[in-house]
Amino acid sequence: MSQERNILIVDDEQDVLELYQARLSKLDSKPRVMTADSGKRALALLASESFNLLITDLNMPGMDGFQLLTIVRGKYSNTRTVVMSGVSDDQYRARAYGMGIDLFLEKPGTDDEMGTFCDCVEGVLMREAAGGFRGVQSMSLVDLIQSECLAGTSCVLKITNGPMVGRIWLQDGDVIDAEAQGAGAEDGFRKILEWRGGSFEKLPADAGRERAIFNSYQGLLLDSAQTLDMAEAGDLGLDGEGDAVEGGENLGRLGPISRCSGVELVLSVDSAEPHGTRAWAVENEASLGAWTRERMERFRSLGDKLNLGQLKQASGVGLKRHVALLPGAESTLCVGIQRSFSQSEVRETLKEISVKWGS
Amino acid sequence: MGLLDLFSKKKPDKVEKLPSGSFRIDSAGQISASTLPGAFPEELMREIGGIVVETFKTAAEQGLPLKELNLDYAGAKIAGREARGGAVIFLTPRKF
Repeated sequence: MSQERNILIVDDEQDVLELYQARLSKLDSKPRVMTADSGKRALALLASESFNLLITDLNMPGMDGFQLLTIVRGKYSNTRTVVMSGVSDDQYRARAYGMGIDLFLEKPGTDDEMGTFCDCVEGVLMREAAGGFRGVQSMSLVDLIQSECLAGTSCVLKITNGPMVGRIWLQDGDVIDAEAQGAGAEDGFRKILEWRGGSFEKLPADAGRERAIFNSYQGLLLDSAQTLDMAEAGDLGLDGEGDAVEGGENLGRLGPISRCSGVELVLSVDSAEPHGTRAWAVENEASLGAWTRERMERFRSLGDKLNLGQLKQASGVGLKRHVALLPGAESTLCVGIQRSFSQSEVRETLKEISVKWGS
Repeated sequence: MGLLDLFSKKKPDKVEKLPSGSFRIDSAGQISASTLPGAFPEELMREIGGIVVETFKTAAEQGLPLKELNLDYAGAKIAGREARGGAVIFLTPRKF
């Protein structure tokens, strides 16, 4: 598994995005930094691949930072969140922390402040790498269960890991039941312990819950730890059920292309199937697919009429990003490349994409 | 009539060779300036310019606003630069 950290920065000012992208890419952890100029585009990127950290501005036209955070907290709970705002307002700050963000930072105004900003972001990334459950910073789930049991608590721990939700029932400091991913009792408990991170809520005790676990919490934790060790050693051949696949769809051949330097979106249009498209980080897959198809037909028929030979590629310099249409035998690719790239960098990236797509 | 047919000009279906030069098409689709040879049909200029302008317009509708477009064919390159709703088009045939 790749240890590369993915950061997504959201701000409606393109220049600001480029500045942060350039600085954060140079952090010690060498993260991959992607940008979105709107909440809508951020959601398209989040749906295409998982991010370790989302950094968002609050004041944006259309979907604002709070609306974006609400969706991200609910749908991508494994993604750490940092707010950067030009407004130093305590109410904003309190509201953002109330939504469960990891850090609220003011937008840096000087180079020194930018350095501090980068250090803070690196700190959040390090915490993310170490795992832990949000709510008690850097505390492992084992620590959490132990502390609740030692305190003799009666409650229900609701643990959320991406789309998966698990519950552990505690009665007077004993674990009496658990359920997650369709498994109950000790199996459910083990499933939850396999999760590396997420968030939890402490719900009121459920007095009517029947006891289904008779092992002590120490015994349970020991068994689970052994199972986890074996799984890590590959003895169990886990099917990845425990991994939170947040938006990480099977991209097929688009996967390697989405990893090319500067690529912000990719869409492939099948030549044989009239509506066959695959997309990565595209907000409007169907309409962009139809546009790509229609433009290619127009460009090709123009080439035929003027006797210009085969269309090799169509490329555009954009206000938001560079755009290229690359025709192939079976499909056409529509690629968006970040605006800050020079023409020669765009050419290099397109060459790399052609090679990867061709192979 | 048959004799007259011999002297009437027939519009070619295909261009034999793309000339080198540039022209400007406005937002209404009219050609306002051109450095192309006079023999190059204005109708073709309007068609080339129309496709470029249309691409700028439809790309913006897709959230991909463009200010330049380059069409690379095996035999020539067509480049368009956005200009107040119209475009300036450059035709560059490739030399073999």
